[in-house]
Formats: sequence, C-alpha cells, structure tokens
Amino acid sequence: MRRVLRALDWRICLPAIVLCAAGVVLVWSSTRAEIHDTGAYLSRQLGYGVAGLALMVALACVSRWQLRAWSVPVFVVACLGLAAVLTPLGVTVNGSRSWLGIAGLQFQPSEPAKLALVLALAALLGSPADTPGRSPAARLPAALAVAAVPIGLVMLQPDLGTALILGTITAGMLVLAGTPWRWIALLAAGALAAAALAWWLELLKPHQVARLLSFADPEADPQGSGYNALQALETVGSGGLTGRGLFRGDQTGGHFVPEQHTDFIFTVAGEELGFLGAALLLVLLWAIMWRGLQIAMRAGTPYERLVAGGIVCWFATQSAINVGMVLGLAPVVGVPLPLLSYGGSSTLTCLAAAGVLMSVRSDRRPLPVMSLAR
Amino acid sequence: MRSRIILVHVLVTCMFFVLVGRLWQVQVVDGERYARAATADHERHVVVPPVRGRIVDSRGRPLVRNRTATTVSIDRTVLTRQPDGGRAVLERLAKLLGMRREEIERRIRPCDGPARKDCWAGSPYEPIPVKEAVPERIAFQITERPDRYPGVVADLRPVRDYPNGELAAHVLGYVAPDDRSPTARTAVGRDGLEAAYDAELRGTPGERRLVVDSAGRVVRVLSERPATPGATLVTSIDARIQKATERALRRAVERARRRGLPADQAAAVVMESRTGRITALAALPTYDPTVWVGGIDPKDYARLMDPKQGSPLLSRAVAGQWAPASTWKVTSVAAAVAAGRPVDGLYGCPGHYRVGDRPFRNFGGIGYGMITLRRALEVSCDTIFYRFAYEMWQETARKEKGEHPMVRTARAFGFGRPTGVDLPGEAAGYLPKGDWDLPGYAANFSIGQGEVLVTPLQLARAYAAIANGGTLHSPRIGKRIVAADGTVVRRIKPPVAGRLPVGRRTLEVIRQGLADVTRTGTAAGAFAGYPLDEHPISGKTGTAEVFGKADTSWFASFDERYTVVVMVAQGGTGGETAAPAARDIWSAIHGVKVDKR
Repeated sequence: MRRVLRALDWRICLPAIVLCAAGVVLVWSSTRAEIHDTGAYLSRQLGYGVAGLALMVALACVSRWQLRAWSVPVFVVACLGLAAVLTPLGVTVNGSRSWLGIAGLQFQPSEPAKLALVLALAALLGSPADTPGRSPAARLPAALAVAAVPIGLVMLQPDLGTALILGTITAGMLVLAGTPWRWIALLAAGALAAAALAWWLELLKPHQVARLLSFADPEADPQGSGYNALQALETVGSGGLTGRGLFRGDQTGGHFVPEQHTDFIFTVAGEELGFLGAALLLVLLWAIMWRGLQIAMRAGTPYERLVAGGIVCWFATQSAINVGMVLGLAPVVGVPLPLLSYGGSSTLTCLAAAGVLMSVRSDRRPLPVMSLAR
Repeated sequence: MRSRIILVHVLVTCMFFVLVGRLWQVQVVDGERYARAATADHERHVVVPPVRGRIVDSRGRPLVRNRTATTVSIDRTVLTRQPDGGRAVLERLAKLLGMRREEIERRIRPCDGPARKDCWAGSPYEPIPVKEAVPERIAFQITERPDRYPGVVADLRPVRDYPNGELAAHVLGYVAPDDRSPTARTAVGRDGLEAAYDAELRGTPGERRLVVDSAGRVVRVLSERPATPGATLVTSIDARIQKATERALRRAVERARRRGLPADQAAAVVMESRTGRITALAALPTYDPTVWVGGIDPKDYARLMDPKQGSPLLSRAVAGQWAPASTWKVTSVAAAVAAGRPVDGLYGCPGHYRVGDRPFRNFGGIGYGMITLRRALEVSCDTIFYRFAYEMWQETARKEKGEHPMVRTARAFGFGRPTGVDLPGEAAGYLPKGDWDLPGYAANFSIGQGEVLVTPLQLARAYAAIANGGTLHSPRIGKRIVAADGTVVRRIKPPVAGRLPVGRRTLEVIRQGLADVTRTGTAAGAFAGYPLDEHPISGKTGTAEVFGKADTSWFASFDERYTVVVMVAQGGTGGETAAPAARDIWSAIHGVKVDKR
C-alpha cells in the first residue's frame, strides 16, 4: 500500500480525480431527463472513471523499464485494433467507422492509439544516439513511418479529429526529440501541401467540408451544419459569470446541443457552472500539462522526456481543439475533452496516460527492483 | 532540449490564456446576448384559445354548444427537425389515423390563400390540427409513445356542436378560422348570430409561456394567463316554434311542388309584435352547419355558394327580397287616408280601371261595386288602389313631379332601408323614388308590384307595427348576454325605429279588414276549420307576378301576440301556398292540432 501511495504524484492525481468526478457530474446533467435510459450514462461513466483510476494507479506503479519494454507490443496491438475497425467488426457511428463492437461493449481503438503512438515514438526517438541504425538522420523517416500507420488507419475511418491529434503528437515529439528546425519546417510545408491537395482533390467527406465552411460563417446555416456551433456558443454564453447552477441549465436540460455529453461536455460546464467553474476546469487541465512538462524537464532519459512531452502535446492539442470548437475558435471536429467527456475509451486512455506520466517521473523514490539492478 | 520543452511550455500556456480569454468574452462580455438568443430559441408563446360561448333559445335550450374532441395536431418545428424531415413519422401517423400521408402533408403545408381544409393558414410555430374527433384509443397510442411520434400532439379542443342539426342554421351562422389575422388561430363568427355577437361569444384568449426542449417537449411553464370563456347568448328564438316554422316551410314547398310549381325558395319570420323580438326565422334551402366544424371542405363550400343548388348559405328571410304584392295594400290604405280620403268612405271597385290611357284590371276582372276600405283589404280589390294611385299621381304631377305620397308612406312603414336586425348581410329592399313620368308605375306600386322589393323581415315588422298600435322596432334575436359565471352582462331591447304615420281609426279599419281575410276573405280557404274565435288571426295574402317565373306567394298575419310572415318564391298564390304554411305555424303557436291535408 505504501508502495502504491509513493508511486502516486498528487500534482497529477488530484486534478485528474477532480476532473473525472466533474466529468461524471456534467455527463449526468447533460443526460438528465433523457426518455430512454435515465441514469444509464451516469452509472456507466462512473464505472469508466473508477476503472480508469484503477488503471492509472496500476500504471503509476509500473517501472519505466517495463513501460518501455511494452511500448512496441502496445503499439502493435493498437494498430491491429485500428485495422479491425475497418473489418466487419467495426461499427459506424455519426458517419465514422471508429468503433469496435465486442460482446455488446463498444470500444474506440483510436483513443488508446494516441497513447500507444506516444510510447512507440518515445521508444524510437528516445533510444540512445549511438544505437546502430538509429542515427538522427534515419530516425525521422522511421518515426514518420511509425506515425503513418495509425494516422492512415484513422483517416480511413474517417476520423479527421483523431488524425489531427496523432499528427500533432508526432510533430510535437519530433520537436522535443531535437529534430533540426529546417527538417521540421520542411515537414510542416509538406503537411500543408498535403492538406491543400486533399481539399482540391475533394478527399474530404461532404459533412466535413460543411463543418469547415460553417466555421467560417456559423450563421449561414443555423439549422444545419452551423447549428451545433451556434447552440454551443449560446449555451456557454447563457452561463454568464457564475452559471445557472448544476442541473438548472435550460439549454442543457432542453438537449439543444447535439453530442453534449461527449464532444460538447464543456458547454454543460459553461452554462451550469459559469465562467468561474469552466475556467477552473481549464486550470485543472493546464495543471496536469504543467506538471507533465515539469516531469519532461526533469526526466533522466530522452525516452521519459518524450513520453511526458508527448502526453502533454496530446492533452494540449485535444483540449485546445475541443474547447476551441465549443467557443467558436475552431471548426467542429469530433474530439473529446480529456478526462471530462463521456466515453469509456477516452476516459480509460486519458487516465492511463496520467498513470504513465506518474510512472516516468524521475523524482519518485527508486523502487527496490531498481536498486537490485544497480 | 530544455529550450524546446520551454517552447512547448510557452505554447501550452498561451493556448490556455487564449481559451480562458475567449471564455471570458463569450460568457461575461457577450453572455447577455447569447443568453437572450438561447431563450428566444426555446421559449414558446402558446395562445390558449377560449371556449366559445353557447347560443340558447328563450327557454335556455341550447342551439349551439361546444363539445370536446380529441384533436391530433402536428408541431412542424419539431417534425422538420427529424432526420428525414418527418416522413417516417407522418407515414406512421397516417397509418394510425387511417389517412394518406400526402393528405396530412397537404394539411400542414402553410398556405397563402383563404382558410380552407387543404392547407394551414395559421402560424407555423403552433401545432396544426390534422384530424378532429379522434377516438381515445388512437390518441393514447400517440401520447404514450412520444418517441415514435415526435412532433405529434393529441389534445382535447372544443368544437362547435349543433344539438338540433339544421335547426335555425341561417340564424346561428357559423365560425371559421379568421383568415384576416392568420396568427390569431381562434375561430371567429362569420355569419348569423355567431358573427353579430362574435365579440361577446369569443371570450378572451389566454397565454402560456413555455420552455421547450429540442424535441419540442415542454420542460416547464414560465407563466400562464388562463383564457376567459365566451359569454352565453340568450336569444328570443323559441326552438319549438322554430322547428314548427321550418317544418311548415318544408311542407309548403312540397305541396307547391306537387302542384307543379318550382317553389325554389321560401322564408318565414315569427315575431313578437309588441316587443320586436324574433321568435323564429327560417329559410329554404338550408344546410347542416356541421360542415363548418373543423374547417370546411372546399367541395362543400362550393355547394353552399352555388346558385344552381339555390345558394343554401343565403339567409333569405333577411337577405332575400321580392315584390310584396297585395300584402302591400296596408301601406296604400294608410297613404290614401293620409292624402285626405275618408276612412269610412265608400269607393268603387270596378272590374277595370283606366289609368291614363291604359286599362288596369282587378284580379280575375271581377268588380265588387262600392265598398269600404275594410272590404277592399278583405277581398283584395286592386282597382280602388289604382284609382288612389292615379289621383295622387295627378296631384303630385301638378306639383312638378314631387314624390308620390304612397312612396313616402311606404318609407314610414320601414321599407327601403334595413330593419337593423342583429344579423349580418341584411338586404335593404327597394323603394322607387316615386317621381314617375307615367301613372302606370304608381298604379303598379299601389298593389306592391313593379319596382318595389321587400324582405320578409321588413314585411313582418310592418305588420307587427300594425298589430301593436304603430310602433316599428328594429328587430332583435339576441335577448341577453350572460357571462360564464351566470351574471347578466347586457340585456338587449329591440330599439324603436319609428312610428307608423297612421291614425287610430285607420289602424282599426286596416285591422278589421285583415281580420276578415282569414274568415271570409282571400285566406278563408286556408284557415277553414281553424278555431279563429278562440285564436283570432288577421292576415293578408299576396300573389306577386314575376316576369318569366311562377308567382311569389305571400302571407302576412298576426294575432294579439305574434306576427307571422311566410313567403314562398314561385309558390303560386298567397292563399294556396303561403297562407296554409302560416296556418301550420299558427297551429304550433296556439297548440292547435295540425290537420293532415
């Protein structure tokens, strides 16, 4: 028990638990008065939270060497999961084939794929520079090749938001791995060109195009593609400084924001908890990232630095895109808010990431195993 | 590598500040605006229609009342938000209601023309009725499964109910949605008493402010102002006499048709002579007012307006006008006396009388020798009045074409202008100017032929004035307005519209003449066997010749309480068609057994 307590980092644990609990309450509020399964969302999200916290504690106890040893197998399994989605096992929800239906449970492999990519890239880019065949020049194409597998599979679903996050994770970790700036500039130019090409060749689905266009002018089609963005803004705006009070938001109670319990969970916080509550949630997210960067800063090895940095990049991008789309700063792309949105895959993966952060921190007491190894 | 971590640090913190800044802008700076927009999105104003007041007869028997009918309506705002625009829901609903989907779609489509049954003239934001009087079992299937029927509402709404079927259809009128203000969805009276007393019957609509969710379900009620039900209109109509009047008209028309006459229109008025209140008012052809309930079918509407079908919507007792024929002679007697002819004098009634260079003949060419004015009315002598008219014409012609005195007297009897009855669409009748070049016009006018036209109601009130001693009333059907809580809001008294310019002796002579008509005069046949000693009835027959058509049959009559006027267009002579119908009505009033002829 003491070992477990020592393994935990309260500067990550505390905000993660608070955010998780807040997430459960917000999901409850957003799904109240649903005709169908009253309370089902609440109890399920509660279950995911508890399971996720257990997973977090378990991962926090794992040594970084074990973690590193698992990195590649985890990545392979994750990629297999992504590939399985495209087989008849996959389930299509909201136009994206992102789900695996196994024994009545639905699972989204693209969520753990984010963590798996962080671990795999860290293992690749963080290996000692003198390892044969791992010269910095060879690492970049290798890293791109590794990242291309999950990104490509996610694009096939298609899930633009997750692909964007996987791409940002890769870019962030390349920066943190010390890749020369000119290569990064070259990569960025290449990515922009690819995006432009995709636009010209009309590779995007019509609903994706509509969302991007309605971001430019949400009032153009307030009942159609712009509806979500407009309702989200009205809902958040209704909260004011102090909010309408939990379970008392008219917009939330009226289910005016589609996907409110998942991607638009922040609107519930905005309306019912007001600016003070919503900003507090952002502060808590920021606190986790801040602590993650501190861990990266103090990391003993490049692998640990990259794991911590990669997780921060992931959380930061995902939070920025999610809150940005709620607040009308980003187009509507389906991305959950870390630790707050409803969903087993997302909750479990985010808490697992928190566990991994704790596991790679250098300032924790060396475990007996480590002293033996020495 | 530290520098790159610091770079990420800076980026993450910048992002954080951008998000918090934007949050501040949305929630605190622009919060009010977004909140207002959000409220406007999910607050609904629902007009609570008031229950329309009843119309009852003089004894409180309902003529029009309300019944509640389960109405299935569709909320378009919710329906159109369905993924397929509501097609599947409408398909299910159509199957449940036994209708076709296209029919429902037609009904809920907003329309731009007048209110009809095949499109929706009201606000698109309120539930649109699709079917009225839906069985409870079907309504339950809708209310119990809101998930299967999003946007479909089943609720109880009052609709007009006519317990007596067609009875007094023209008097009652009808209600229909107001097409002048399509947003106020309450039905308004469009004809008859429903229109005349619409303000009282309508009541005041209430208002409910609701918060609804994205599916249109009511989350809570913000405020509610209940509707005030409309007041009850107590009329002077006696449902029993009204029924007898309508039956008498139908029998009269049937009998005339059996004799080969077209008898295409008929009207009857029963009035209380002393008060000017209308006890019964009927017209043929008529219709069943139930066709208006729930919006009229365009086919039904076309039938009601079609002249070939006799325009059954037209209330002929007040809106129809015909030449009054011999019933007119009461005004001519009054005019002659006013012009200086002795009341009790003897006047020649030859078979023929020459007016100017044209001979005018008595009915059948029969002469009666020297007779009194009383007898002239009894036997309906024409030549006496030709002479009066001619002599008066000569007197006025000398005074540079002045108005003929008979026209002036007729105007004083209330002809040539609406009576002011509390019904819409009243006709004024027609009185010529009376400055004729040829004396023949005056001669024709004196016996109610030629240009003059009267409505049955005008004739009834003139005879009522003769019966009551000379007071012309503006007739009224409404008697009292009683609020829903039982307090009397208003008592309605028929206003006095004028006095007959007739002296007491003249009136007496006229009454005596009219009293003889039913005993020994032109209506003696029709009233044969009637207990006139017990229930004395005075009257006057009229047979108006219409060019190219059969004669208009009139009978105007009164006893000490009521005045009864019957008109059957293309019905033959007054004595053979209208007088028997009047006798039937009198039998009902007096409780005399109607003999089956």
